[in-house]
Amino acid sequence: MNLWNWLALGGAAVLTLIVVAELRRRVRATAAGRRFFRHPTAELGLFVLAFFVTVAIAAPVVAPYAPYYQIDIEHPDHAPSAQFLLGTDPLSRDVWSRLVYGARVSLGIGAVAMLVAATVGTAVGAVAGYFRRGVDAALMRLVDVGLAMPRIFVLLMAVALWEHIALWVLVLLIGLTGWFGTSRLVRAEVLSLREREFVAAARALGAGAGRVIFRHVLPNAAAPIIVSGALGIGHMMLLEAGLSFLGLGVPSPAPSWGNMIADGWHKMSVAWWSSTFPGLAISLVVMALNAVGDALRDALDPRKEAA
Amino acid sequence: MAAWLVRRLVASIAIVFAVVTITFFVVHLAHGTPCGPGDRPLPPEVCQQLCRRFGCDKPLRVQYVKYLAALAQGDLSESIGLHRPVADALADAIPNTFILALAALLVDFALGLALGIYQAVRAGRFGDVAAGNVALLVNSMPVFWLGLVLLLVFAQWLRWFPAGGITNPVLCPRIDSPYCLLDFLWHLTLPALTLGLVGAASTARYQRAAMLEVVSQDYVRTARAKGLRERRVLLVHALRNALLPIITLFGLAFPFLFTGAVLIETVFAWPGMGRLAVNAIFQRDYPVVTGAALVTSATVVLGNLIADVLYAVADPRVRVPGEGR
Repeated sequence: MNLWNWLALGGAAVLTLIVVAELRRRVRATAAGRRFFRHPTAELGLFVLAFFVTVAIAAPVVAPYAPYYQIDIEHPDHAPSAQFLLGTDPLSRDVWSRLVYGARVSLGIGAVAMLVAATVGTAVGAVAGYFRRGVDAALMRLVDVGLAMPRIFVLLMAVALWEHIALWVLVLLIGLTGWFGTSRLVRAEVLSLREREFVAAARALGAGAGRVIFRHVLPNAAAPIIVSGALGIGHMMLLEAGLSFLGLGVPSPAPSWGNMIADGWHKMSVAWWSSTFPGLAISLVVMALNAVGDALRDALDPRKEAA
Repeated sequence: MAAWLVRRLVASIAIVFAVVTITFFVVHLAHGTPCGPGDRPLPPEVCQQLCRRFGCDKPLRVQYVKYLAALAQGDLSESIGLHRPVADALADAIPNTFILALAALLVDFALGLALGIYQAVRAGRFGDVAAGNVALLVNSMPVFWLGLVLLLVFAQWLRWFPAGGITNPVLCPRIDSPYCLLDFLWHLTLPALTLGLVGAASTARYQRAAMLEVVSQDYVRTARAKGLRERRVLLVHALRNALLPIITLFGLAFPFLFTGAVLIETVFAWPGMGRLAVNAIFQRDYPVVTGAALVTSATVVLGNLIADVLYAVADPRVRVPGEGR
């Protein structure tokens, strides 16, 4: 770590603080915003998330080394010091630099996979709930099967299909095995919304199924989808970490947080730092996501106003 | 209730059947064959001979029909890499996973209930918020990483617990004496604690919410109005009804326990089904993978079914569909 890296890191922290404070000032004007910030850890969670996103974007300035650069291969496992903030790993790569670049990989995988899962889950749930009968029965049986299959097992098998898996395929796979719960949620919501008067009115005016679903039903089901999405990103990240830990996730030299835990695992007894810090980073981010998801649930539910 | 139960059972069997079918085709489509995905492929003639023996030279649908025919007679076929029937390999591994899961569930519910009740009693105060945040953090940890950290602290630094395995292989190759049982429990502590802690954190969240919901009901106010001690109101009157969600959690715990077991068994070198399945996937040992998927999905489905039945039995307000009032 040289002076510039420290300055950049400090700058990122200050920038994040300003963004969160500004956001807080703006949304406090609305009732939902006040409900959001009433949650005890929402603000802290928001800060942690924003901080990691900022650091991930600014990785080249915050990280002193390139993520693949092997500093001194004859002397790996440097303890944390002023030069190597979080130490170096068994392949003599700077843990802090890999952690910073790994934020891009891990956060990106979590967000994109969740986007895939939320899209598929919403589509399936909306179709099943809106058309009911045979379509509903068929789709929900599929969901039953999906929920009965242990996910990590499915993913391990699917990854075994390819010897060397591309990152985007992995993300797609994680997303495509994660939509079952969301689809159940959306279906329940759509089932009750489709009986409401405004939906009947839209249909009486001659709106087709697509228009009714997209314009009238789904916007009213947005709140639970958003909340489950926020909570789901954490699950996706944990799953990615687990797969990478077993050696079947992100391909090896790439710095994902799960990969970093796997890299340091076998030398944990002499160099605890290279596995501990990435795990800590995952825990912090997933916790922040959970807190923000919880607060969003409060914010998007008007009935919470009385409490 | 009987008709509903039969219908649910049939549906459950159908789900397990679907899982087995999907698994069968996915593993067989996988890149590489059992005798040649590695760095040193076998000579082709040996491979062909092996293939003839295990039937992998036939078209996929013929193999599928053959597998189902064997399955109908309770035969899970023979493993390709382990030189023994799949049923035997699973029978060796399942009890280990089962005991680990049971111990983890015990930690999960005991700790989760206690913490949830404590939080509900002190709701909104410092103790509640602090405990809630600690629980949230533990719940957010990757379970295998928590295992590694516990290993580092308690096995490596403090040397209180062994670093892995199921028993001491020299002194206790099998559990046949009180000493060896103790040794086994000693080995069990860390993995069970790891899985249990992560589960307990989410159990506590549910338990806190359930307790708070019950406490706001009229009969609890009545109990307080009668002049009962607060402790008695909470732990006798309220708790009974606040325990119901635990049944749902029990049903939900199975998938988590299996996922966790796959990773935890790897970390702690625990010879259970998760490790068996992972190794089989790496070795393209089709019959073992399919067998493990069968057992796992059956457990998950059965867990949900048991939870539903328990719920109907425990809560008189819940009526199964199709039953008269």
